[in-house]
Amino acid sequence: MGKKEIDDRFKKFGTVSFTATTRVNDFITNLESGKVTGTQCNGCGIKFFPPRADCHKCLTTDMTWFDVDGNGKLITYSTLKYGPQGFEGDLPYSIAVLDYGDYKVFGRIADGIDVDELKIGMEMTAAVNTLPNGQLNYVFKKA
Amino acid sequence: MGKVAIIGVGQSSFVRQYPGSVRELAFEGFKDALNDAHITTADIDASVICSAPEYDKQRSPAGIFAEYLGLNPQPTFYVESLCSSSSMGVRLAYSLVESGLHDAVAVVGFQKMSEISSAESQERMGRGADIQWESPFGTMMPAYYAMYATAHMDKYGTKPEDLAAIRVKASTYGQINDKAVYRKQVTHEMFSDPESVMAGPVAAPLRVGDCCANADGSSCVIVASEKKARALCKKPVWILGVGAATASVNLAGRDLFTGLQAAKLAAENAYKMAGIGPKDVDVAEVHDCFTIAEMMAYENLGFAEPGGGKELIQSKETYKEGSIPVNVDGGLLSKGHPIGATGGSQIRTIVLQLRGEAGDMQVKDPGIGLVHNIGGVGLYGNVTILGR
Ligand SMILES: [Zn+2]
Repeated sequence: MGKKEIDDRFKKFGTVSFTATTRVNDFITNLESGKVTGTQCNGCGIKFFPPRADCHKCLTTDMTWFDVDGNGKLITYSTLKYGPQGFEGDLPYSIAVLDYGDYKVFGRIADGIDVDELKIGMEMTAAVNTLPNGQLNYVFKKA
Repeated sequence: MGKVAIIGVGQSSFVRQYPGSVRELAFEGFKDALNDAHITTADIDASVICSAPEYDKQRSPAGIFAEYLGLNPQPTFYVESLCSSSSMGVRLAYSLVESGLHDAVAVVGFQKMSEISSAESQERMGRGADIQWESPFGTMMPAYYAMYATAHMDKYGTKPEDLAAIRVKASTYGQINDKAVYRKQVTHEMFSDPESVMAGPVAAPLRVGDCCANADGSSCVIVASEKKARALCKKPVWILGVGAATASVNLAGRDLFTGLQAAKLAAENAYKMAGIGPKDVDVAEVHDCFTIAEMMAYENLGFAEPGGGKELIQSKETYKEGSIPVNVDGGLLSKGHPIGATGGSQIRTIVLQLRGEAGDMQVKDPGIGLVHNIGGVGLYGNVTILGR
């Protein structure tokens, strides 16, 4: 009998992924189909982003995927002039947090948006992005 | 509840590259504290060893330290909460002594940042966050604090010059602290001089001058029961309050971006336990890993209203002669930040202040001192209140 195959889809997340196996690996498959997604607990209705496999209130794994669509408000951001090992090729880049009301999303500002165009409170939207090295992440674009 | 005292404090010099092994580095702070307390290893019945383990090659450092410090066969504990490890260690020591389990506990914090190569250090930096959901975007410590600076500037009109003023203050005292790694004056002009290294961009709006100095170092705090303190020590300093709290690592899980919620909660807990308020504090050490961190500390500790931190530094109220002197030993910015040793070094500064033994850095006759020590980007908050 062959070895059981390991579901290591999460290796594809971001410029450098530090995680291979997780019980929310469908997040990657959803990215591949163009959707940024979180999980919602079927017991208490909490929306989790980043997605979780387990609800800490209900102690269940009974979750439904939801789409991070519509607009979020830019809460804060910073542009990096230095990056960690493996990210040098991406520099300079900006990281940011968007507030969607029920949840917040941490991620990157899309390349091509000038920092001067960023204003706290502005509406932005999260979109799937393929990186030059073939990896997948999501970026924030102007709404 | 029985009273718990600090009967001895010590630290090594904070240096760029310590020319010895990690256990030898730890011994320097430990020896300094034993000499300060005029005690020997026989007086100590447990040790708490504190560091951020990603910098250590030694597996399970507590064991080898207990041996090298001469603390076999007493039990030892290992405590880690990133940059607040040794404040958390003192919190543990407090509970060990207060419960009656131990009489005198040595809390030894250390970090040899130069133990690993700069490439290894770069690699670890990439993991200094939520490695599943944040690190893949290329995050770094300065960028997280920079995001707080962006939000603080937007909401309260805080200016880069206000942050620079905090660095200028730190350097004023770093120059007179012979344990500090950075002994030179930093001026406002350096921040506006594109030729100056201080003005170099790191993560907007933070510049090189807004970031603390890396260093190798160790610290030690001897925590003892009232009975032991009365028997051994002429000038015990009492632990009046120990507050601690945590917050979500991932910024997506937070609600506050102009201050650190874990610091606010830790302060509330510590004030409540000590039965005092911010106005009763005569001297403070705060976690200025970045200038914005000290600005937020002013507000989270209640020394200023939210947004009022800039007026506090503009009016020099946090200088030695001001109404609430903060980091008059140079802080992390100039004294240096050997992660696991930092909290113990902050506590040492306050203990010396309360005993009136801080030399050129001495503030006038303080009765109550406070230590604010943060792990990660406000993921762990520790506030310790001490009194004579
Ligand atoms: Zn639930």
